[in-house]
This record gives sequence, C-alpha cells and structure tokens, in this order.
Amino acid sequence: MIFLLILSFSISAKDTPDDAGGSITINAYNIPEGTQRILLYRLAGGDTIYEEVGLISIFKGEYDDASVVDGMEYLYRGKAITEDRAYVAEIKEYISSSPEWFNKSRTSVLLLLILFWVVVLIYIQLAKKNPEGLFIRRLPPLEAMDEAVGRATEMGKPVLYVPGIEYITDAGTLASITILEMVGKKVAEYDTRIINPHFDPIVMTIAQETLKTAFSEAGRPDAFNKDDVFYLTSEQFGFAAGVDGIMHREKPGAIFLQGYFYAESLILAETGYSIGAIQIAGTNATTQLPFFVAACDYVLLGEEMFAASAYISREPRLLGSIKGADLVKSALLILIGAGVIFGTIAFIADNAGNPTYMEIFNKILEFLARAAS
Amino acid sequence: MKKRIPLVITFITGFIIIVSFFIPHRPFGQLETETLIWYAIIFAFTLIIGVDSLVRLHVRQIRRRKKGWWYSIVFFAGFFYCLTIGIISIIRTPNPFQPGTAFFYGYETILIPLQSTMFALLAFFVASASYRAFRARNIDATLLLIAAVIVMLGRVPAGYKLWHRLPAIADWIFDVLQIGAMRGILIGVALGAVAMSLRLILGIERTYLS
Repeated sequence: MIFLLILSFSISAKDTPDDAGGSITINAYNIPEGTQRILLYRLAGGDTIYEEVGLISIFKGEYDDASVVDGMEYLYRGKAITEDRAYVAEIKEYISSSPEWFNKSRTSVLLLLILFWVVVLIYIQLAKKNPEGLFIRRLPPLEAMDEAVGRATEMGKPVLYVPGIEYITDAGTLASITILEMVGKKVAEYDTRIINPHFDPIVMTIAQETLKTAFSEAGRPDAFNKDDVFYLTSEQFGFAAGVDGIMHREKPGAIFLQGYFYAESLILAETGYSIGAIQIAGTNATTQLPFFVAACDYVLLGEEMFAASAYISREPRLLGSIKGADLVKSALLILIGAGVIFGTIAFIADNAGNPTYMEIFNKILEFLARAAS
Repeated sequence: MKKRIPLVITFITGFIIIVSFFIPHRPFGQLETETLIWYAIIFAFTLIIGVDSLVRLHVRQIRRRKKGWWYSIVFFAGFFYCLTIGIISIIRTPNPFQPGTAFFYGYETILIPLQSTMFALLAFFVASASYRAFRARNIDATLLLIAAVIVMLGRVPAGYKLWHRLPAIADWIFDVLQIGAMRGILIGVALGAVAMSLRLILGIERTYLS
C-alpha cells in the first residue's frame, strides 16, 4: 500500500508559459493524504547538491520558481511530509526557462484590438470624405455648459472645476482635460473666474497650460490667472475637505466634477448642492455614477466623457472615431446576445445527453477568459 | 514643430507600450514597469511644483487678508510640523512610517482621524442624496424608490420577517438588473477609452498638448 502511494505522488516541471523568462512552474500530483507541507528542492546543471527553493502550495499543488536563470538547466525534487513519513518525487529530465516572444493568452485581446482599430480607422477616413453624414446624439450635460457658466457669470460667482483624483495616466483624467479646455474658453468669453484645485501636480501643470491656451484662443490671455489653478493635496479625503472648504468660502455658481472619483464623489456633490450651485458631473468610475446622478443636475455617463471633444468641436475625424467605436459596440452586443442563446442551447442539449455544444461553448469561454487570467 | 515633436513622442511611446502588452520578452515586457518608475520620478519633481503652488497660494491669502486667511496659518503650522518631524524621522530611521517614529505618531493620531471623519460624513450625505433621489416625482424615480426599498429591506432581518422572499428579490435586483446595467456602462467606458487612446496615439486628439 505504502509502495503504491510513493509511486502515485509525482511532480512535473515546465517553462512558465507566456512570461518574460526566469520562471519554471512545478506542479505536484496525487499529494498524499495528511500532507503538512511539500518542500521543493532544485539541482542546477553542474551542481551535485539539491538546494531548497520553496514550498509547493498544498491547495493549488503549484509553485512558480522565479529564481531561475534563463538557459540554465535544472532538476527538481519534491518532498511531501506527513505526520509520520516523507514521500519523495523527482523529475527525470532537465528543464530550463526561456522568455516568450508572444503572450498567447492575450490572442483574443489582440484580435479584438485589431478589429476595433481597423473599424475606427475606416470610419475616420469615411468621416473625412463625408463630414455631413455623421450624426451624434444630443448630450444635455455638454449643452448645459453654456447655461452653467452663464449663470455663474450673472450671479458674479466663480466656476469651480474639479478634475477628479486620478493621475494623467487615466483616460478619464485625459477626457477631463479636454472638457476643461472647453469650459475654459466659455469662462474666458464670459469674463468670469475659474477655480481649479488639483490632486496631482502633473495634472495641475497640464491644466495650467490648457487653461492658458483656452484663454488665449478666446482672445483674453490677460484674464487667465495661473494662481487659480493650484495643487491641494494627494490625500483623498484631505482633497475632499479642501474642495468642500473652497465651495463654502467661494460659493461658486457652477461646479464641474469631471474625471475619475472614488468615495469622495458624493461628499463633493452634496456640498455643491448645499451651496446652490449648478452641477455638471462626469466620470468613468461606474461605481460613483449613481451618486452623481442623485446629487448633480447633469451627468456625463462613462463613455459620454470621451465623446465630449468630438461633440463640441464636430471635427469629422473625432466624430468618425466615435462612430467606429459605436459600430464595434453594436457588434459586441450582437456577439453577447448570440453567446447567451448558444450557451442556453448548449445547456439544454447537455442535459438531453449531447455534450458537444457545451464542449464548444466551454472552449470559447476558456479562449476569452485566458486573457483575463 | 512645437506640437509635432510631442505628437511623435506620443505615437512612439503609445505604440511601444501596446506592443509590450503582447510581448513578454525583454526589453518589451519590462517597459510598463519602467515607465511607471519614470512616472514616479517625474511625479517627485512635480510635487515640488505642487508644493510651491500651494505655499504661494497661502502666502497670498495671508498677505491680502482674504476671507478665511487664518486657515492658511493652520496650513503653514501643519506644513512645517510635517516637514520638521518628517526630516527628524528620516534622520533617525530609514522609514519614517515605521511605528514609533514622530512622523508615524502624527500620521496615526492626526491625519488618519481627520480622514476618517471626512469619510464618516459620507453616511449623512448618502442619506440626504437618497432622500432627493427617491422622491417619487416621475415613473423613473418611482421605480428607483421601489427598487431601493426592496434592496434595503432585503438586506435586514426585518425584511425577511416581513416577507421571506424579499432577500431573494433584493439579490436578484442586485445580481441581474444592477450588474447588467453596470456591465453595459463598463463596456462603453472600456471601448471609449480604447478609442480615445487611438485618437491620442494618432494625434487626432490634441487637447492635452495645449
């Protein structure tokens, strides 16, 4: 019986797939019952003594040895220790690691990206040829920008623009900078003041330049006050407290909350509401959208933020890219619908004793899910 | 030329980063990590610009005796307190965030309670925002009100006592209706971000260059 158990406990080693090298994955099989730990030993080519490298997880039965040198050959030995004895397993052939030139698990992402980009590029070209043929639906929050800035001007109050608390690497922050330019132009035209506090100094520097350009393009470079674009703090709730303080002291007539927000979103929006400001929010943070919808007058929902520049400028190439993205979105919707129908049919067929469709369905799911793992 | 060079840099950088996502082999695989290190270095320098901006703002507030100028004195007190104990802690220990240092003491006993207080305010703001959002003014708001009541009752033992199926209905609203809507928005956000990235890489979207 013990002899059989010794035979059944085994390990295997393989070069970790889809990585940058420097890693070998060791798997343990048929782990003996009552195993307390599995020690892993490694013998490098040319050496005579095995060195201990780590513990194979009993639950996963897997260990990633990330301390290997590419090209060097290794042998592995696993020792499963139970309360009363140890079971040893070895691999017989040398194994080495090497870096991969293509991450195969991301094939589905690459295919989708290529398809997406081709469609968008085609529509950009079509838009250049026929700019009149493009329609973009009304976006009330962007239409209300004029009204908000105008109202603040009439009341003799400033405009407050908060670009979220993410860094410039976030798409929402980039979209926010685009909207800031539009708001800046309006503010300059109406000759009112804009207050722009920041969470990140890099975003602050870009916002200063953006507003400076916006004021220049509106023909009022002298009206731009660089000191109104300032850094507050990089602490989330410190920033929220600072902006709330500005709201209470300066009593802005219009508040723009555009960018990526976290839990401070409602603190800012409710404070803005309490001072009676007209509020236009926009975020790509889906978890914060309900708060903005509840507390603000207008909200740009997720992707609408990214469409803002095209909507305002009506530049054909920008409109074309949005049209292309919409087409891919429609295709995805159809694919999701088809997937649901096919999955349901496969489930029914599987229950009726025909597993073929379910196997195909599982393979498709596996192919798509591999990229996310 | 002033705009062309940054556009070329954006194109090359964007293209390399996309390529590095699919190629784990060196040097591509490490590029994302490398750029994050570069970003951290640039951030450290821009922090000086940020602090300069903040200090100048508060100096101006005090000089001009603007409304609420005494808050600027509080700012300077906090600023110099952090700076002094930060420097002292760095001299004494390599990590000022180590428990037992003066900096950590200030962080734990002043900053964390202040931040927690701000976060706690959220509960009151949720209540006031919910009150406004759930007023049954039209069909949409009424549906929102009904869903909110079911979800809230389904989350407490009293809801179960009221009707044993309420928790299951609340879960269904959460897991089917809510998740479905969120995923729809999320797909739109993701595709919108990819389209925007393409516009940036190709130089169609240039606002960030100003």
